[in-house]
Amino acid sequence: MSEMLNVSSNPHVRDKQTTQMIMLDVTIALLPAGIFGIYNFGIRALLVILVTIAAAVFTEFLYEKLMHKTITVYDLSAVVTGLLLALNLPSTIPFWIAILGAVFAILIVKQIFGGLGQNFMNPALAARCFLLLSFTGKMTAFTYDGVTGATPLYNMKHGESYDLLHMFLGNTAGTIGETSALALLLGAAYLLIKKIIDFRIPVFYIGTFTIFALIYTACNGGVDFTFIAGQLCGGGFMLGAWFMATDYVTSPVTPMGRIIFGICLGLLTGAFRLLSSENSGAEGVSYAIIFCNLLVPLIERITIPRGFGREKKKSAA
Amino acid sequence: MNRCVERLYNGIIKENPTFVLMLGMCPTLAVTSSLINGFGMGMTTMVVLTASNAIIALLRNIIPDKVRMPAFIVIVASFVTIVQFMLQAYLPSLNSALGIYIPLIVVNCIILGRAEAYASKNPVIPSIFDGIGMGLGFTLGLSCLGLVRELIGSGTVASFRLIPEDYCIKIIGLAPGAFFVLAGLVAIQNKIRISHGKKPKDMKCCSDCSGCNLECGERKEAAKDSDFVKEEA
Repeated sequence: MSEMLNVSSNPHVRDKQTTQMIMLDVTIALLPAGIFGIYNFGIRALLVILVTIAAAVFTEFLYEKLMHKTITVYDLSAVVTGLLLALNLPSTIPFWIAILGAVFAILIVKQIFGGLGQNFMNPALAARCFLLLSFTGKMTAFTYDGVTGATPLYNMKHGESYDLLHMFLGNTAGTIGETSALALLLGAAYLLIKKIIDFRIPVFYIGTFTIFALIYTACNGGVDFTFIAGQLCGGGFMLGAWFMATDYVTSPVTPMGRIIFGICLGLLTGAFRLLSSENSGAEGVSYAIIFCNLLVPLIERITIPRGFGREKKKSAA
Repeated sequence: MNRCVERLYNGIIKENPTFVLMLGMCPTLAVTSSLINGFGMGMTTMVVLTASNAIIALLRNIIPDKVRMPAFIVIVASFVTIVQFMLQAYLPSLNSALGIYIPLIVVNCIILGRAEAYASKNPVIPSIFDGIGMGLGFTLGLSCLGLVRELIGSGTVASFRLIPEDYCIKIIGLAPGAFFVLAGLVAIQNKIRISHGKKPKDMKCCSDCSGCNLECGERKEAAKDSDFVKEEA
Protein backbone atom coordinates (compact mmCIF):
# COMPACT_ATOMS: atom_id res chain seq x y z
CA MET A 1 0.00 0.00 0.00
CA SER A 2 2.49 2.55 -1.09
CA GLU A 3 -0.13 4.71 -2.78
CA MET A 4 -2.30 6.97 -0.69
CA LEU A 5 -6.01 6.59 -1.15
CA ASN A 6 -7.47 9.87 -2.17
CA VAL A 7 -10.78 10.36 -0.39
CA SER A 8 -12.66 13.42 -1.42
CA SER A 9 -16.14 14.65 -2.09
CA ASN A 10 -17.62 14.68 -5.58
CA PRO A 11 -17.16 15.39 -8.46
CA HIS A 12 -15.00 12.33 -8.86
CA VAL A 13 -14.61 12.48 -12.61
CA ARG A 14 -11.97 15.01 -13.41
CA ASP A 15 -10.75 16.57 -16.59
CA LYS A 16 -7.90 18.86 -17.51
CA GLN A 17 -10.31 21.03 -19.48
CA THR A 18 -10.32 24.69 -18.39
CA THR A 19 -12.36 27.70 -19.37
CA GLN A 20 -9.26 29.13 -20.98
CA MET A 21 -8.80 26.07 -23.21
CA ILE A 22 -12.42 26.03 -24.28
CA MET A 23 -12.33 29.72 -25.11
CA LEU A 24 -9.09 29.23 -27.02
CA ASP A 25 -10.73 26.48 -29.06
CA VAL A 26 -13.72 28.71 -29.83
CA THR A 27 -11.34 31.46 -30.91
CA ILE A 28 -9.48 29.02 -33.18
CA ALA A 29 -12.80 27.85 -34.62
CA LEU A 30 -13.77 31.44 -35.41
CA LEU A 31 -10.47 32.11 -37.17
CA PRO A 32 -11.49 30.84 -40.64
CA ALA A 33 -14.53 33.12 -40.62
CA GLY A 34 -12.45 36.02 -39.31
CA ILE A 35 -9.67 35.53 -41.85
CA PHE A 36 -12.18 35.23 -44.65
CA GLY A 37 -13.85 38.43 -43.44
CA ILE A 38 -10.51 40.23 -43.56
CA TYR A 39 -9.83 38.83 -47.05
CA ASN A 40 -13.31 39.85 -48.10
CA PHE A 41 -13.55 43.35 -46.62
CA GLY A 42 -9.92 44.38 -46.36
CA ILE A 43 -7.72 45.72 -43.59
CA ARG A 44 -10.57 47.74 -42.14
CA ALA A 45 -12.24 44.51 -41.01
CA LEU A 46 -9.06 43.49 -39.16
CA LEU A 47 -9.00 46.84 -37.39
CA VAL A 48 -12.64 46.48 -36.34
CA ILE A 49 -11.92 43.01 -34.95
CA LEU A 50 -8.84 44.17 -33.03
CA VAL A 51 -10.52 47.29 -31.64
CA THR A 52 -13.58 45.36 -30.48
CA ILE A 53 -11.56 42.62 -28.79
CA ALA A 54 -9.30 45.19 -27.12
CA ALA A 55 -12.30 47.17 -25.87
CA ALA A 56 -13.97 44.05 -24.49
CA VAL A 57 -10.86 42.84 -22.68
CA PHE A 58 -10.02 46.30 -21.37
CA THR A 59 -13.59 46.84 -20.07
CA GLU A 60 -13.51 43.54 -18.25
CA PHE A 61 -10.11 44.29 -16.77
CA LEU A 62 -11.07 47.82 -15.70
CA TYR A 63 -14.36 46.78 -14.11
CA GLU A 64 -12.79 43.95 -12.15
CA LYS A 65 -9.93 46.16 -11.07
CA LEU A 66 -12.24 48.93 -9.87
CA MET A 67 -14.62 46.53 -8.13
CA HIS A 68 -11.71 44.66 -6.49
CA LYS A 69 -12.69 41.38 -8.07
CA THR A 70 -10.50 38.58 -9.36
CA ILE A 71 -9.14 39.58 -12.74
CA THR A 72 -10.55 37.04 -15.19
CA VAL A 73 -9.31 38.39 -18.50
CA TYR A 74 -6.93 35.45 -18.86
CA ASP A 75 -9.81 33.02 -19.29
CA LEU A 76 -10.21 34.55 -22.77
CA SER A 77 -14.00 34.78 -22.49
CA ALA A 78 -13.84 38.52 -23.10
CA VAL A 79 -11.74 37.85 -26.21
CA VAL A 80 -14.41 35.48 -27.52
CA THR A 81 -17.16 37.99 -26.76
CA GLY A 82 -15.24 40.75 -28.53
CA LEU A 83 -14.45 38.55 -31.50
CA LEU A 84 -18.06 37.37 -31.85
CA LEU A 85 -19.31 40.93 -31.63
CA ALA A 86 -16.80 42.11 -34.25
CA LEU A 87 -17.84 39.30 -36.60
CA ASN A 88 -21.39 40.60 -36.23
CA LEU A 89 -20.51 44.15 -37.29
CA PRO A 90 -20.18 45.51 -40.80
CA SER A 91 -16.61 46.42 -41.73
CA THR A 92 -17.63 50.04 -42.30
CA ILE A 93 -18.75 50.57 -38.69
CA PRO A 94 -17.18 53.60 -36.96
CA PHE A 95 -14.75 52.45 -34.27
CA TRP A 96 -16.51 54.27 -31.45
CA ILE A 97 -19.69 52.31 -32.13
CA ALA A 98 -17.74 49.04 -32.03
CA ILE A 99 -16.19 50.11 -28.73
CA LEU A 100 -19.59 51.11 -27.34
CA GLY A 101 -20.93 47.69 -28.28
CA ALA A 102 -18.04 45.91 -26.57
CA VAL A 103 -18.49 47.99 -23.41
CA PHE A 104 -22.22 47.27 -23.38
CA ALA A 105 -21.62 43.55 -23.88
CA ILE A 106 -19.08 43.21 -21.09
CA LEU A 107 -20.27 45.81 -18.61
CA ILE A 108 -24.06 45.72 -18.81
CA VAL A 109 -24.81 42.21 -20.02
CA LYS A 110 -21.98 40.25 -18.42
CA GLN A 111 -20.32 41.93 -15.44
CA ILE A 112 -23.32 43.59 -13.82
CA PHE A 113 -25.05 40.24 -13.65
CA GLY A 114 -22.00 38.67 -12.02
CA GLY A 115 -19.46 37.95 -14.74
CA LEU A 116 -18.86 34.80 -16.73
CA GLY A 117 -21.44 32.14 -16.05
CA GLN A 118 -24.03 34.57 -14.73
CA ASN A 119 -25.01 36.47 -17.85
CA PHE A 120 -28.61 35.75 -18.81
CA MET A 121 -28.14 36.32 -22.51
CA ASN A 122 -25.29 36.10 -24.96
CA PRO A 123 -23.28 39.33 -24.44
CA ALA A 124 -22.11 39.63 -28.04
CA LEU A 125 -25.61 39.20 -29.42
CA ALA A 126 -27.19 41.51 -26.88
CA ALA A 127 -24.65 44.14 -27.88
CA ARG A 128 -25.37 43.54 -31.55
CA CYS A 129 -29.11 44.06 -30.98
CA PHE A 130 -28.35 47.12 -28.84
CA LEU A 131 -26.31 48.62 -31.68
CA LEU A 132 -28.78 47.54 -34.33
CA LEU A 133 -31.60 49.38 -32.59
CA SER A 134 -29.43 52.41 -31.84
CA PHE A 135 -27.59 52.86 -35.12
CA THR A 136 -29.78 51.08 -37.64
CA GLY A 137 -28.32 52.95 -40.60
CA LYS A 138 -24.66 52.41 -39.75
CA MET A 139 -25.18 48.80 -38.70
CA THR A 140 -26.72 47.90 -42.05
CA ALA A 141 -24.39 49.92 -44.29
CA PHE A 142 -22.87 46.92 -46.02
CA THR A 143 -20.30 47.33 -48.74
CA TYR A 144 -18.67 44.70 -50.87
CA ASP A 145 -15.79 45.44 -53.25
CA GLY A 146 -16.21 49.12 -52.46
CA VAL A 147 -19.83 49.10 -53.56
CA THR A 148 -22.61 49.66 -51.09
CA GLY A 149 -25.12 46.92 -51.57
CA ALA A 150 -27.91 44.99 -49.97
CA THR A 151 -27.18 41.64 -48.38
CA PRO A 152 -28.32 38.54 -50.29
CA LEU A 153 -30.78 37.91 -47.50
CA TYR A 154 -32.37 41.30 -48.11
CA ASN A 155 -32.58 40.51 -51.81
CA MET A 156 -34.22 37.19 -51.07
CA LYS A 157 -36.82 38.82 -48.89
CA HIS A 158 -37.68 41.27 -51.61
CA GLY A 159 -37.79 38.68 -54.37
CA GLU A 160 -34.62 39.81 -56.12
CA SER A 161 -31.92 37.56 -57.50
CA TYR A 162 -29.16 36.00 -55.43
CA ASP A 163 -26.22 33.72 -56.14
CA LEU A 164 -26.28 30.63 -53.95
CA LEU A 165 -22.65 29.65 -54.59
CA HIS A 166 -21.42 33.10 -53.61
CA MET A 167 -23.53 32.97 -50.49
CA PHE A 168 -21.98 29.63 -49.54
CA LEU A 169 -18.42 30.75 -50.22
CA GLY A 170 -19.00 34.21 -48.79
CA ASN A 171 -18.31 36.62 -51.65
CA THR A 172 -21.23 38.81 -50.67
CA ALA A 173 -22.06 41.87 -48.64
CA GLY A 174 -22.74 41.40 -44.96
CA THR A 175 -21.13 41.62 -41.55
CA ILE A 176 -17.48 40.67 -41.21
CA GLY A 177 -17.92 37.10 -40.05
CA GLU A 178 -21.28 35.98 -41.33
CA THR A 179 -20.85 35.92 -45.10
CA SER A 180 -19.00 32.65 -45.61
CA ALA A 181 -21.02 29.60 -44.63
CA LEU A 182 -18.06 27.44 -45.67
CA ALA A 183 -15.59 29.09 -43.28
CA LEU A 184 -18.10 28.93 -40.44
CA LEU A 185 -18.79 25.25 -41.09
CA LEU A 186 -15.03 24.57 -40.99
CA GLY A 187 -14.88 26.17 -37.55
CA ALA A 188 -18.00 24.32 -36.42
CA ALA A 189 -16.47 21.01 -37.52
CA TYR A 190 -13.41 21.79 -35.41
CA LEU A 191 -15.60 22.47 -32.36
CA LEU A 192 -17.56 19.27 -32.90
CA ILE A 193 -14.40 17.17 -33.28
CA LYS A 194 -12.90 18.70 -30.15
CA LYS A 195 -16.25 18.09 -28.42
CA ILE A 196 -16.51 21.70 -27.36
CA ILE A 197 -20.09 22.00 -28.56
CA ASP A 198 -22.96 19.58 -28.52
CA PHE A 199 -24.54 18.76 -31.86
CA ARG A 200 -28.09 18.90 -30.51
CA ILE A 201 -28.69 22.66 -30.48
CA PRO A 202 -27.37 23.48 -33.98
CA VAL A 203 -28.81 20.34 -35.60
CA PHE A 204 -32.29 20.85 -34.19
CA TYR A 205 -32.08 24.59 -34.85
CA ILE A 206 -31.15 24.09 -38.49
CA GLY A 207 -33.59 21.20 -38.87
CA THR A 208 -36.55 23.11 -37.49
CA PHE A 209 -35.75 26.16 -39.54
CA THR A 210 -35.42 24.04 -42.72
CA ILE A 211 -38.82 22.45 -42.11
CA PHE A 212 -40.28 25.87 -41.37
CA ALA A 213 -38.86 27.24 -44.64
CA LEU A 214 -40.05 24.14 -46.48
CA ILE A 215 -43.63 24.65 -45.32
CA TYR A 216 -43.34 28.37 -46.01
CA THR A 217 -42.22 27.85 -49.60
CA ALA A 218 -44.79 25.08 -50.11
CA CYS A 219 -47.52 27.51 -49.09
CA ASN A 220 -46.09 30.24 -51.33
CA GLY A 221 -45.98 28.71 -54.78
CA GLY A 222 -44.16 25.41 -54.53
CA VAL A 223 -41.20 24.00 -52.67
CA ASP A 224 -38.05 25.95 -53.56
CA PHE A 225 -34.84 24.28 -52.38
CA THR A 226 -32.62 27.07 -53.68
CA PHE A 227 -34.53 29.50 -51.47
CA ILE A 228 -34.16 27.26 -48.43
CA ALA A 229 -30.44 26.76 -49.03
CA GLY A 230 -30.05 30.49 -49.48
CA GLN A 231 -31.81 31.13 -46.18
CA LEU A 232 -29.48 28.67 -44.46
CA CYS A 233 -26.31 30.22 -45.94
CA GLY A 234 -27.42 33.82 -45.76
CA GLY A 235 -27.19 36.31 -42.94
CA GLY A 236 -26.03 35.31 -39.49
CA PHE A 237 -27.68 31.90 -39.51
CA MET A 238 -24.57 29.71 -39.57
CA LEU A 239 -22.67 31.99 -37.19
CA GLY A 240 -25.64 32.04 -34.83
CA ALA A 241 -26.46 28.35 -34.97
CA TRP A 242 -22.93 27.02 -34.42
CA PHE A 243 -21.27 29.69 -32.30
CA MET A 244 -23.88 31.81 -30.52
CA ALA A 245 -26.72 29.41 -29.73
CA THR A 246 -24.22 26.94 -28.29
CA ASP A 247 -22.80 29.40 -25.76
CA TYR A 248 -22.39 27.39 -22.54
CA VAL A 249 -23.76 30.02 -20.22
CA THR A 250 -26.93 30.82 -22.09
CA SER A 251 -28.02 27.43 -23.41
CA PRO A 252 -29.69 24.58 -21.51
CA VAL A 253 -27.51 21.89 -19.91
CA THR A 254 -29.94 19.01 -20.23
CA PRO A 255 -29.91 17.03 -23.53
CA MET A 256 -33.69 17.26 -23.86
CA GLY A 257 -33.56 20.95 -23.03
CA ARG A 258 -31.07 21.50 -25.83
CA ILE A 259 -33.44 19.87 -28.31
CA ILE A 260 -36.33 22.06 -27.15
CA PHE A 261 -34.03 25.10 -27.25
CA GLY A 262 -33.03 24.30 -30.85
CA ILE A 263 -36.64 23.86 -31.92
CA CYS A 264 -37.66 27.17 -30.30
CA LEU A 265 -34.80 28.90 -32.08
CA GLY A 266 -35.79 27.43 -35.44
CA LEU A 267 -39.42 28.43 -35.08
CA LEU A 268 -38.61 31.97 -33.95
CA THR A 269 -35.98 32.54 -36.62
CA GLY A 270 -38.44 31.31 -39.22
CA ALA A 271 -41.13 33.61 -37.93
CA PHE A 272 -38.80 36.63 -37.77
CA ARG A 273 -37.23 36.05 -41.17
CA LEU A 274 -40.09 34.77 -43.30
CA LEU A 275 -43.32 35.94 -41.72
CA SER A 276 -42.36 39.50 -40.77
CA SER A 277 -43.56 42.41 -42.87
CA GLU A 278 -41.75 43.67 -45.96
CA ASN A 279 -40.41 46.74 -44.22
CA SER A 280 -38.87 45.05 -41.23
CA GLY A 281 -35.34 43.72 -41.40
CA ALA A 282 -34.51 40.51 -43.20
CA GLU A 283 -32.50 39.17 -40.27
CA GLY A 284 -33.95 37.39 -37.25
CA VAL A 285 -31.24 35.12 -35.90
CA SER A 286 -29.90 37.43 -33.20
CA TYR A 287 -33.31 38.34 -31.83
CA ALA A 288 -34.37 34.69 -31.86
CA ILE A 289 -31.27 33.64 -29.93
CA ILE A 290 -31.43 36.31 -27.24
CA PHE A 291 -35.14 35.69 -26.80
CA CYS A 292 -34.57 31.95 -26.38
CA ASN A 293 -31.72 32.72 -23.95
CA LEU A 294 -34.42 34.11 -21.68
CA LEU A 295 -36.39 30.87 -21.93
CA VAL A 296 -33.45 28.72 -20.87
CA PRO A 297 -34.23 28.66 -17.11
CA LEU A 298 -37.79 27.56 -17.89
CA ILE A 299 -36.63 24.93 -20.38
CA GLU A 300 -34.15 23.55 -17.87
CA ARG A 301 -36.79 23.43 -15.20
CA ILE A 302 -39.10 21.18 -17.21
CA THR A 303 -36.31 18.94 -18.48
CA ILE A 304 -34.48 18.09 -15.26
CA PRO A 305 -33.62 14.41 -15.65
CA ARG A 306 -35.05 11.90 -13.20
CA GLY A 307 -32.55 11.06 -10.51
CA PHE A 308 -31.21 7.47 -10.52
CA GLY A 309 -33.53 5.25 -8.52
CA ARG A 310 -36.26 7.84 -8.22
CA GLU A 311 -39.80 6.92 -9.12
CA LYS A 312 -41.27 8.07 -12.34
CA LYS A 313 -43.65 10.95 -12.00
CA LYS A 314 -47.18 9.65 -12.02
CA SER A 315 -49.22 11.23 -14.74
CA ALA A 316 -52.11 13.24 -13.42
CA ALA A 317 -55.08 10.94 -13.61
CA MET B 1 -46.52 73.88 9.53
CA ASN B 2 -43.51 71.76 10.40
CA ARG B 3 -45.44 68.65 9.55
CA CYS B 4 -46.19 70.01 6.08
CA VAL B 5 -42.52 70.66 5.33
CA GLU B 6 -41.75 67.16 6.56
CA ARG B 7 -44.35 65.82 4.11
CA LEU B 8 -42.72 67.68 1.23
CA TYR B 9 -39.27 66.38 2.17
CA ASN B 10 -40.69 62.91 2.58
CA GLY B 11 -42.26 62.94 -0.88
CA ILE B 12 -39.38 64.45 -2.78
CA ILE B 13 -36.36 62.82 -1.13
CA LYS B 14 -37.03 60.24 1.52
CA GLU B 15 -39.81 58.31 -0.15
CA ASN B 16 -39.39 59.47 -3.71
CA PRO B 17 -42.08 57.49 -5.55
CA THR B 18 -39.92 56.79 -8.60
CA PHE B 19 -36.52 56.03 -7.14
CA VAL B 20 -37.33 54.71 -3.66
CA LEU B 21 -40.88 53.37 -3.62
CA MET B 22 -40.72 52.28 -7.26
CA LEU B 23 -44.40 53.12 -7.70
CA GLY B 24 -46.17 54.19 -10.86
CA MET B 25 -43.68 52.39 -13.09
CA CYS B 26 -46.04 52.22 -16.06
CA PRO B 27 -46.07 55.96 -16.89
CA THR B 28 -42.48 56.24 -15.63
CA LEU B 29 -41.23 53.88 -18.29
CA ALA B 30 -43.70 54.71 -21.03
CA VAL B 31 -43.85 58.48 -21.38
CA THR B 32 -40.37 59.63 -20.38
CA SER B 33 -38.88 59.63 -23.86
CA SER B 34 -38.38 63.40 -23.52
CA LEU B 35 -37.99 65.95 -20.75
CA ILE B 36 -41.23 67.76 -21.61
CA ASN B 37 -43.26 64.57 -21.59
CA GLY B 38 -41.82 63.42 -18.29
CA PHE B 39 -42.36 66.83 -16.67
CA GLY B 40 -45.90 67.07 -18.08
CA MET B 41 -46.80 63.63 -16.81
CA GLY B 42 -45.37 64.43 -13.38
CA MET B 43 -47.25 67.73 -13.07
CA THR B 44 -50.52 66.17 -14.25
CA THR B 45 -50.17 63.43 -11.68
CA MET B 46 -49.33 65.99 -9.01
CA VAL B 47 -52.49 67.98 -9.67
CA VAL B 48 -54.66 64.88 -9.51
CA LEU B 49 -52.83 63.57 -6.44
CA THR B 50 -53.12 66.80 -4.48
CA ALA B 51 -56.79 67.29 -5.27
CA SER B 52 -57.76 63.69 -4.59
CA ASN B 53 -55.73 63.63 -1.34
CA ALA B 54 -57.58 66.76 -0.17
CA ILE B 55 -61.03 65.38 -0.92
CA ILE B 56 -60.27 61.94 0.49
CA ALA B 57 -58.91 63.52 3.67
CA LEU B 58 -62.11 65.59 3.94
CA LEU B 59 -64.30 62.54 3.49
CA ARG B 60 -62.15 60.15 5.51
CA ASN B 61 -64.66 59.86 8.36
CA ILE B 62 -67.64 59.47 6.04
CA ILE B 63 -66.36 56.81 3.65
CA PRO B 64 -67.15 53.35 5.08
CA ASP B 65 -64.10 51.14 5.41
CA LYS B 66 -65.53 48.31 3.35
CA VAL B 67 -66.10 50.35 0.21
CA ARG B 68 -63.15 52.75 0.50
CA MET B 69 -61.38 51.51 -2.63
CA PRO B 70 -64.33 52.13 -5.00
CA ALA B 71 -64.89 55.46 -3.29
CA PHE B 72 -61.23 56.47 -3.77
CA ILE B 73 -61.33 55.44 -7.41
CA VAL B 74 -64.48 57.47 -8.07
CA ILE B 75 -62.83 60.55 -6.56
CA VAL B 76 -59.56 60.03 -8.44
CA ALA B 77 -61.36 59.31 -11.71
CA SER B 78 -63.35 62.56 -11.41
CA PHE B 79 -60.17 64.59 -11.09
CA VAL B 80 -58.46 62.72 -13.91
CA THR B 81 -61.40 63.50 -16.17
CA ILE B 82 -61.26 67.19 -15.25
CA VAL B 83 -57.51 67.33 -15.81
CA GLN B 84 -57.79 65.55 -19.13
CA PHE B 85 -60.41 67.99 -20.39
CA MET B 86 -58.18 70.86 -19.33
CA LEU B 87 -55.18 69.37 -21.10
CA GLN B 88 -57.26 68.86 -24.24
CA ALA B 89 -58.35 72.48 -24.08
CA TYR B 90 -55.08 74.21 -23.21
CA LEU B 91 -52.19 71.81 -23.94
CA PRO B 92 -53.37 69.61 -26.80
CA SER B 93 -49.84 68.68 -27.85
CA LEU B 94 -48.95 67.37 -24.40
CA ASN B 95 -52.28 65.58 -24.29
CA SER B 96 -51.60 63.74 -27.50
CA ALA B 97 -48.02 62.95 -26.45
CA LEU B 98 -49.18 61.39 -23.18
CA GLY B 99 -52.15 59.67 -24.81
CA ILE B 100 -53.65 56.76 -22.93
CA TYR B 101 -51.44 57.39 -19.90
CA ILE B 102 -53.60 60.34 -18.80
CA PRO B 103 -56.73 58.21 -18.21
CA LEU B 104 -54.48 55.56 -16.69
CA ILE B 105 -53.56 57.96 -13.87
CA VAL B 106 -56.76 56.67 -12.25
CA VAL B 107 -55.09 53.37 -11.50
CA ASN B 108 -51.65 54.84 -10.76
CA CYS B 109 -50.55 53.16 -7.57
CA ILE B 110 -48.97 56.34 -6.22
CA ILE B 111 -52.36 57.99 -6.04
CA LEU B 112 -54.26 55.05 -4.58
CA GLY B 113 -51.26 54.31 -2.38
CA ARG B 114 -51.21 57.79 -0.85
CA ALA B 115 -54.98 57.79 -0.48
CA GLU B 116 -54.83 54.50 1.40
CA ALA B 117 -51.63 55.11 3.36
CA TYR B 118 -51.93 58.79 4.22
CA ALA B 119 -54.96 60.80 3.15
CA SER B 120 -57.52 58.40 4.61
CA LYS B 121 -55.92 58.69 8.05
CA ASN B 122 -54.77 62.31 8.27
CA PRO B 123 -56.26 65.82 8.24
CA VAL B 124 -56.70 67.85 5.09
CA ILE B 125 -53.72 70.23 5.19
CA PRO B 126 -50.98 67.62 5.71
CA SER B 127 -52.70 65.45 3.10
CA ILE B 128 -52.51 68.26 0.57
CA PHE B 129 -48.82 68.71 1.31
CA ASP B 130 -48.32 64.98 1.11
CA GLY B 131 -49.87 65.11 -2.36
CA ILE B 132 -47.69 68.04 -3.40
CA GLY B 133 -44.56 66.36 -2.00
CA MET B 134 -45.24 63.04 -3.66
CA GLY B 135 -46.24 64.79 -6.87
CA LEU B 136 -43.04 66.85 -6.90
CA GLY B 137 -41.02 63.72 -6.16
CA PHE B 138 -42.70 61.95 -9.05
CA THR B 139 -42.16 64.95 -11.32
CA LEU B 140 -38.50 65.07 -10.31
CA GLY B 141 -38.07 61.37 -11.06
CA LEU B 142 -39.80 61.55 -14.42
CA SER B 143 -37.97 64.73 -15.41
CA CYS B 144 -34.58 63.19 -14.60
CA LEU B 145 -35.47 60.11 -16.59
CA GLY B 146 -36.81 62.19 -19.48
CA LEU B 147 -33.77 64.47 -19.45
CA VAL B 148 -31.25 61.63 -19.62
CA ARG B 149 -33.22 59.66 -22.19
CA GLU B 150 -33.80 62.66 -24.42
CA LEU B 151 -30.17 63.75 -24.19
CA ILE B 152 -28.69 60.34 -25.00
CA GLY B 153 -31.48 59.02 -27.18
CA SER B 154 -32.10 61.97 -29.46
CA GLY B 155 -29.35 64.40 -28.50
CA THR B 156 -31.65 67.20 -27.41
CA VAL B 157 -32.80 68.84 -24.20
CA ALA B 158 -36.34 70.25 -24.44
CA SER B 159 -35.96 70.07 -28.24
CA PHE B 160 -32.70 72.07 -28.15
CA ARG B 161 -29.99 70.07 -29.90
CA LEU B 162 -26.80 69.42 -27.94
CA ILE B 163 -25.43 66.27 -29.57
CA PRO B 164 -25.33 65.74 -33.36
CA GLU B 165 -27.84 63.20 -34.54
CA ASP B 166 -25.14 60.78 -35.72
CA TYR B 167 -23.91 60.28 -32.17
CA CYS B 168 -27.25 59.53 -30.50
CA ILE B 169 -27.83 56.10 -29.01
CA LYS B 170 -31.40 55.71 -30.17
CA ILE B 171 -32.24 52.68 -28.06
CA ILE B 172 -32.16 54.87 -24.94
CA GLY B 173 -35.17 56.75 -26.31
CA LEU B 174 -36.99 53.48 -27.07
CA ALA B 175 -38.69 51.19 -24.56
CA PRO B 176 -35.58 49.17 -23.51
CA GLY B 177 -33.74 52.42 -22.83
CA ALA B 178 -36.33 53.35 -20.20
CA PHE B 179 -35.30 50.30 -18.19
CA PHE B 180 -31.58 50.94 -18.67
CA VAL B 181 -31.82 54.56 -17.56
CA LEU B 182 -34.19 53.88 -14.65
CA ALA B 183 -31.92 51.13 -13.36
CA GLY B 184 -28.89 53.38 -13.77
CA LEU B 185 -30.47 56.32 -11.93
CA VAL B 186 -31.76 54.12 -9.09
CA ALA B 187 -28.29 52.62 -8.75
CA ILE B 188 -26.69 56.07 -8.56
CA GLN B 189 -29.14 57.37 -5.96
CA ASN B 190 -28.80 54.18 -3.91
CA LYS B 191 -25.04 54.64 -3.95
CA ILE B 192 -25.42 58.23 -2.68
CA ARG B 193 -28.07 57.24 -0.15
CA ILE B 194 -25.98 54.42 1.28
CA SER B 195 -22.86 56.51 1.66
CA HIS B 196 -24.76 59.38 3.32
CA GLY B 197 -27.56 57.40 4.90
CA LYS B 198 -28.34 56.86 8.54
CA LYS B 199 -27.63 53.55 10.13
CA PRO B 200 -30.76 51.57 10.97
CA LYS B 201 -29.99 52.05 14.70
CA ASP B 202 -30.65 55.76 14.51
CA MET B 203 -34.03 55.25 12.91
CA LYS B 204 -37.32 54.89 14.71
CA CYS B 205 -40.56 53.46 13.49
CA CYS B 206 -42.45 56.13 11.61
CA SER B 207 -45.61 53.97 11.42
CA ASP B 208 -45.31 54.06 7.66
CA CYS B 209 -43.98 50.69 6.66
CA SER B 210 -43.51 51.55 2.99
CA GLY B 211 -40.44 53.66 3.65
CA CYS B 212 -39.11 51.62 6.52
CA ASN B 213 -35.87 49.70 6.39
CA LEU B 214 -35.83 48.57 9.98
CA GLU B 215 -35.59 44.91 10.81
CA CYS B 216 -38.88 43.39 11.88
CA GLY B 217 -37.79 42.94 15.50
CA GLU B 218 -36.56 46.49 15.72
CA ARG B 219 -39.74 47.62 14.08
CA LYS B 220 -41.82 46.12 16.87
CA GLU B 221 -39.49 47.53 19.49
CA ALA B 222 -39.63 50.97 17.99
CA ALA B 223 -43.36 50.78 17.47
CA LYS B 224 -43.99 50.38 21.19
CA ASP B 225 -43.40 54.01 21.93
CA SER B 226 -44.87 55.38 18.76
CA ASP B 227 -48.15 57.27 18.89
CA PHE B 228 -49.62 55.25 16.08
CA VAL B 229 -49.77 52.05 18.08
CA LYS B 230 -51.31 53.77 21.09
CA GLU B 231 -54.06 55.15 18.95
CA GLU B 232 -54.75 51.76 17.48
CA ALA B 233 -54.92 50.17 20.92
